[in-house]
Amino acid sequence: MADTATPVLELRGITKRFPGVVANDAVDFDLRKGEVHALLGENGAGKSTLMNILYGLYRHDEGEILLHGKPLDIDSPHEAIAAGIGMVHQHFMLIPVMTVAENIVLASEPTRGNVLLDMSAAEQRVRELAERFKFRVDPRARVEDITVGQQQRVEILKALYRNADILILDEPTAVLTPQEAIELFEILKELVAHGMSVIFISHKLNEVLEIADRITVLRRGKTVATVPREGATEADLARMMVGRDVLLRVEKQPASTGETLLHVEGLRVVDDRGLEAVRDVSLEVRAGEIVAIAGVDGNGQTELIDALTGLRRPAEGRITVGGREMTHASAHQFLEEGVGHIPEDRHRRGLVLEFSLAENLVLHDYAKRPYATRGFMSPRRVLDKARRLLEQFDVRGGTPSTPASALSGGNQQKVVIAREVDRDPRVLIAAQPTRGLDVGAIEFVHRRLVEQRDAGKAVLLISLELDEVLSLADRILVIYEGRIVGEFGPSVTEEELGIAMTGGRREAVA
Amino acid sequence: MTEPTNRDPVQGGQVEVDAPTQEPGGYAPSVAERLAFYQRAGGVVTPLITVILAFFAGGLVVLATGHNPLRTYQAVWAGTGLNWFFHVGNYHIDIPFTGHHVFFWWNTDTNGLAAYNLTQTLILTTTLILTGLAVAFAFRCGLFNIGGQGQYTAGAIVSVWVGSSWAHMSQGLHVFLAIALAMVAGAGLAAVAGFLKATVGAHEVITTIMLNWIAYWVGSFLFGRGGPLQNSADISVPISNDVTPSGKLPVLWGNSDLQALHVGFFIALGALVVFWLMLNRTTLGYQVRAVGYNPEAARYGGINVARNYVYAMAISGAFAGIGGAADILGWQYRLGVLDIQVSNIGFIGIAVALLGRNTAVGVGLAALLFGALVNGTSTRGLDASIFPPELAGNLTLMIQALVLLFVGADVLVLYIWQARRHLRLGRRPAAPARPEGTA
Repeated sequence: MADTATPVLELRGITKRFPGVVANDAVDFDLRKGEVHALLGENGAGKSTLMNILYGLYRHDEGEILLHGKPLDIDSPHEAIAAGIGMVHQHFMLIPVMTVAENIVLASEPTRGNVLLDMSAAEQRVRELAERFKFRVDPRARVEDITVGQQQRVEILKALYRNADILILDEPTAVLTPQEAIELFEILKELVAHGMSVIFISHKLNEVLEIADRITVLRRGKTVATVPREGATEADLARMMVGRDVLLRVEKQPASTGETLLHVEGLRVVDDRGLEAVRDVSLEVRAGEIVAIAGVDGNGQTELIDALTGLRRPAEGRITVGGREMTHASAHQFLEEGVGHIPEDRHRRGLVLEFSLAENLVLHDYAKRPYATRGFMSPRRVLDKARRLLEQFDVRGGTPSTPASALSGGNQQKVVIAREVDRDPRVLIAAQPTRGLDVGAIEFVHRRLVEQRDAGKAVLLISLELDEVLSLADRILVIYEGRIVGEFGPSVTEEELGIAMTGGRREAVA
Repeated sequence: MTEPTNRDPVQGGQVEVDAPTQEPGGYAPSVAERLAFYQRAGGVVTPLITVILAFFAGGLVVLATGHNPLRTYQAVWAGTGLNWFFHVGNYHIDIPFTGHHVFFWWNTDTNGLAAYNLTQTLILTTTLILTGLAVAFAFRCGLFNIGGQGQYTAGAIVSVWVGSSWAHMSQGLHVFLAIALAMVAGAGLAAVAGFLKATVGAHEVITTIMLNWIAYWVGSFLFGRGGPLQNSADISVPISNDVTPSGKLPVLWGNSDLQALHVGFFIALGALVVFWLMLNRTTLGYQVRAVGYNPEAARYGGINVARNYVYAMAISGAFAGIGGAADILGWQYRLGVLDIQVSNIGFIGIAVALLGRNTAVGVGLAALLFGALVNGTSTRGLDASIFPPELAGNLTLMIQALVLLFVGADVLVLYIWQARRHLRLGRRPAAPARPEGTA
């Protein structure tokens, strides 16, 4: 379907230097009419810099940008939009209290007599646009009331409303559930069928292979190759991205399980709105096994994790750790009892971003010897520990005194894992431990989790990624609407899991 | 760019700029992310720009009133007494009973007008350091303590009560007791707000303002006519008894009849050190900062967030309470209803903390600035032939308000900064921006 003759957009020899680093080194990239062109690369490979240049946020030092064969000088997002380039950022730029239509027409509102805002015309235009591309959104809904997937559609509509014919999507599936991702892909297919061109930034191999017509891989600021989808495999792409062979499946021995370390019985947990989010959950995790809880986001996983780590009081039920009653214990007591917790959101909970790496690494143990004596901290010992852990866990991009916010997501996650694993917990609760990480980092995290299992720890993995669940777990529990609706062995198929995850009523999810 | 020697992330934690291994979170750094960077980079620059802008705007107002801004600021400068340091006075001290004298490289004149003005500035600085720390400490825990004024008043009430009682105590003990109890009073008052925040989630801004009024009216009642702590000499005057000689802080410099610089100045400097140590070297400070930056992560780390709200407020209040004691025991020696009702030094502490970015060094410098400004524009400090002091007081308030406004509007300062860079570089390619990865 792609018109192979004329590139709509061409980037030639783009070089961008930052002090001390070449972020883009003579990068070539071209986009054809009616294609989805994926830009694949590890975090920090230079994808974002390249797109920021295209979108007018940065200026390139060398090279040129050609739009429909003509040189283009883009100095601001405003000019990029005028040139027909739209961008959907990973973090949406929407105003939550305004309606979908209001958000879409913002800054180019239809008016009556040049003064009065013509809201009905705006809604009408949004509705037409949505119909043309088969979007399902209600122009009158308030943005804060719609799902993340719908918000993303609003962002896309915003670009379409401004007559974009080139759409840049920055890791669009990072925030979506598997179903929403499928719906997004349908929309993208619809868009290219209408002659639009899409640049799809990602570090997820499977989805790139699913949606892209061509794939350009960047590594350390350089173009490695541009390949058509046909014939490309995950292993090839991973090798190009990382520069070495990557284990996509974790190698592990069969589990040899011991005593039950985490025991949960009849647990009921209420969420912030007072609704029951976890309903009568019973489970146990034994030493030396990885138990995964699979499920679509928002089915009670967060509340379950909170209850199992003392961050939320259960309404009913019983939790024991190594035989000790912990139902109403505090977060501190859970830590003392040897429960490690890799939280699902490292920015919100896992790290104090303003703290240095060293300070983050003692988040649980800052008050303990040798890091503190009688209330006084020993910065030297804290730094020593940090130096040791940063090296041991191969954290790059910072020294012990670097603020955590300066690190990449993968390295931030390594810091969290280093902290949790180094405490030598008996029970390790890992919630979406690879969210937002690239293949190299995912491999690292997975290996650590298996190591913990082999060291006789009880590992509870909560994940939305079926790949991850299938490759790591010894037993799989499926959670749906707060209930455990099924237990499976590691040889279960994605289809079976997918059916269980959606309550058995819908078709399988990928 | 600020010096990367300080490890504290707020004041100038080094920002890694080498970044191949650093990845973009999402790739247009949001305004907040950019702002966070410039705040770190501009730890010194932004407050400076803020102050310069405020003085510039103040100068325009002076101009509008038909006076010469330069001469006015010159007179304000003289009024602050800071010119003492550049004053050609005596640079030697006579050695008694000999014809010799020892030379010093600093000014040794302690009797002139400049010296007098300087003591006044430093007396104000002393109190402002303490009320500034009261706001800054709570800020580091993510709390906005508007109650510095009330906590200061509570400290003043208790210290004047203790200081004017028990006349036969030894001086050291008496002073210590008065300060300690003033500290407890300030801490106690502030802890109420912390407690309400921790238990029922009442917002500290509301509760501390309410507590300010409680301190205000309790003080007005205690020292008012017929009040239980009103002076015993003249019941027509709503004022306390005088602090006994044993309760007074020793004078460092100047004539104690003319409000001399007292030992409280060193207490305030000590408080700056304690503030820094507490935040950066104790487990309590670690907790407070963790809660201030990210309460959710602190909770996850096993820190009791609610308890830290109470502690942080109590410590804040303790600083303000000492401030009240320093004024009473240092130079005021008595407390009247009027003193309580017109005092606003606790509120200036908010500006001090904001301008000083809630750091020890920053608060010290900002307190000196505001101390100098308040004194330099006061009726007794400013040369009335150049600018009418009754207008100058308003000038202080204005500059103070502008500083607050600009500190609150960091984005504006940032914008001006970028615009300046834009002007300088024109449309030449790519000003060296930060790589996206460090956002």
